[in-house]
Amino acid sequence: MIRFEGVNKVFGDGTVAVADLDLELPAGRISVLVGPSGCGKTTSLRMVNRLVTPTSGRVLLDGRDVATQDETTLRRHIGYVIQHAGLFPHRTVLDNIATVPRLLGVSRVEARRRARELIERVGLPAALAGRYPASLSGGQQQRVGVARALAADPPVMLMDEPFSAVDPVVRGALQQEFLRLQRELGTTIALVTHDIDEAVTLGDQVAVFREGGHLAQVGTPEDLLTAPADDFVASFVGRDRGWRSLSFLPAGELTPCPLPAELRLDADGRPLSWATATGEVAAATFGDDDSVRQAADLAISSPTGYAVHVDDTGRATGVVSHADVAGFVAARRRGSARGTATP
Amino acid sequence: MIDYFTANRELVLAALSQHLVLALVPVALALVVAIPLGALAARRGWVYPTLMGLAGVLYSVPSLALFVVLPSVLHTKMLDPRNVVVALTIYTAALLVRSVADGLRSVDPAVVQAASAMGYRSVHRLVAVELPVALPVLVAGVRSATVANISMVSVGALIGVGGLGTLFTRGLQLRYLDPILLGITLSVLLALLADILLVLVQRRLTPWARPGAA
Repeated sequence: MIRFEGVNKVFGDGTVAVADLDLELPAGRISVLVGPSGCGKTTSLRMVNRLVTPTSGRVLLDGRDVATQDETTLRRHIGYVIQHAGLFPHRTVLDNIATVPRLLGVSRVEARRRARELIERVGLPAALAGRYPASLSGGQQQRVGVARALAADPPVMLMDEPFSAVDPVVRGALQQEFLRLQRELGTTIALVTHDIDEAVTLGDQVAVFREGGHLAQVGTPEDLLTAPADDFVASFVGRDRGWRSLSFLPAGELTPCPLPAELRLDADGRPLSWATATGEVAAATFGDDDSVRQAADLAISSPTGYAVHVDDTGRATGVVSHADVAGFVAARRRGSARGTATP
Repeated sequence: MIDYFTANRELVLAALSQHLVLALVPVALALVVAIPLGALAARRGWVYPTLMGLAGVLYSVPSLALFVVLPSVLHTKMLDPRNVVVALTIYTAALLVRSVADGLRSVDPAVVQAASAMGYRSVHRLVAVELPVALPVLVAGVRSATVANISMVSVGALIGVGGLGTLFTRGLQLRYLDPILLGITLSVLLALLADILLVLVQRRLTPWARPGAA
């Protein structure tokens, strides 16, 4: 667990980077620090491994003030990933990853063996082990950066805009793999980004910073989208936050309508296609584990206006139109207006 | 020229080896001086202009003047080869301090930051990360300093210690062209050879810096 207690940072020129920060990042979870540039999120992150010293206040790691710990030992036990990976150009991929274990006194052979495992773990081909960073793509470099940060099994990892420099397609894949990896390892992660979509996708907890180093709101992604604390958070999370907040509602809460006759099914009751005046179109399906947002998106993008609900075995149980989704949202709002508003 | 060489083989080879020592020892000594100073200049903003100004002034002192003044400063004899070594070390260090500082400044700040964040202490980081990454810039400086030294050693002949330069003074005294031509040829060959050797060493040390490195 990482805890900021009354932390301030004022730079030499009088700029206030962080103002009265009190924040707790739970163990084993991903906490995202998000906000516009110059809001103090990166400065706060760097206080954890003492790259930045607070002007006042304390930063605690598992209850111990980091200021009282040996700087080098502390850093070797905290993974650190930055935007352009910051790989050592003069070392091969394998030796880049082996860096921290080597610093901790692990033998070269053992450190490289571990590095080889990590290359596969982060989804890179083993053949890259002997290459130098300059010959890798941006996405590959970033994966090596993550592997390097993980090499000594750190309980805590700090990530500063780790996915910002790669193109959107690669970014999406990296984010999903990163989530899978974090669930497997249970690492406590503090991640800085300026991208609210990334924050909402990755964060178990999201802390929104505003300019001047103030913390505007802390909560789950759903809290931020459905109950922003003020106008700043509301505008920062964006105009389509209503639409995006549907991502947090399970589609199982929707009540499907009976199957229309135009939907053709196979012998087992699985949907095949829609018969329309212009010919056959594929039937888009969703299950209970999908979100209301996905169901609504399928209904809107289908020529028939319907998304087909299927059960665990793939059998069609009913259909949902975008009008049904609108009705569901309206009913939910009436429900929360009766006094079950989010605290 | 060839005849002159065969006739004075011992003398010419002695001059050649002295030339080599007088040119290369200062490069090694200068590196020892320039690396800490260059590192300091790269890290502290105000040190850089001060040090580079000083280096510029030192480099502009005429070599002959330095050769003549040094014995009284060092309390050495006029013909002591150490005078030439010290003088050339000063010039080489003045050149290399800039190469070291610029080389270190050329290292991507993200790389330096990552190294610190991974738990490299400052000197360890300099030796294990910053200097190796700065090597291409550094070696470029060492190459030009080495070639410059090989040509400058000859001036030492005017105070009696000059490696191949003694062939020039001898040729002038005897009004005889052959030793002069031989001295020039050997000096140029020596510079060329040293430069090629340094390029090979750099290739060996920085396989990562070649485009398409595997």
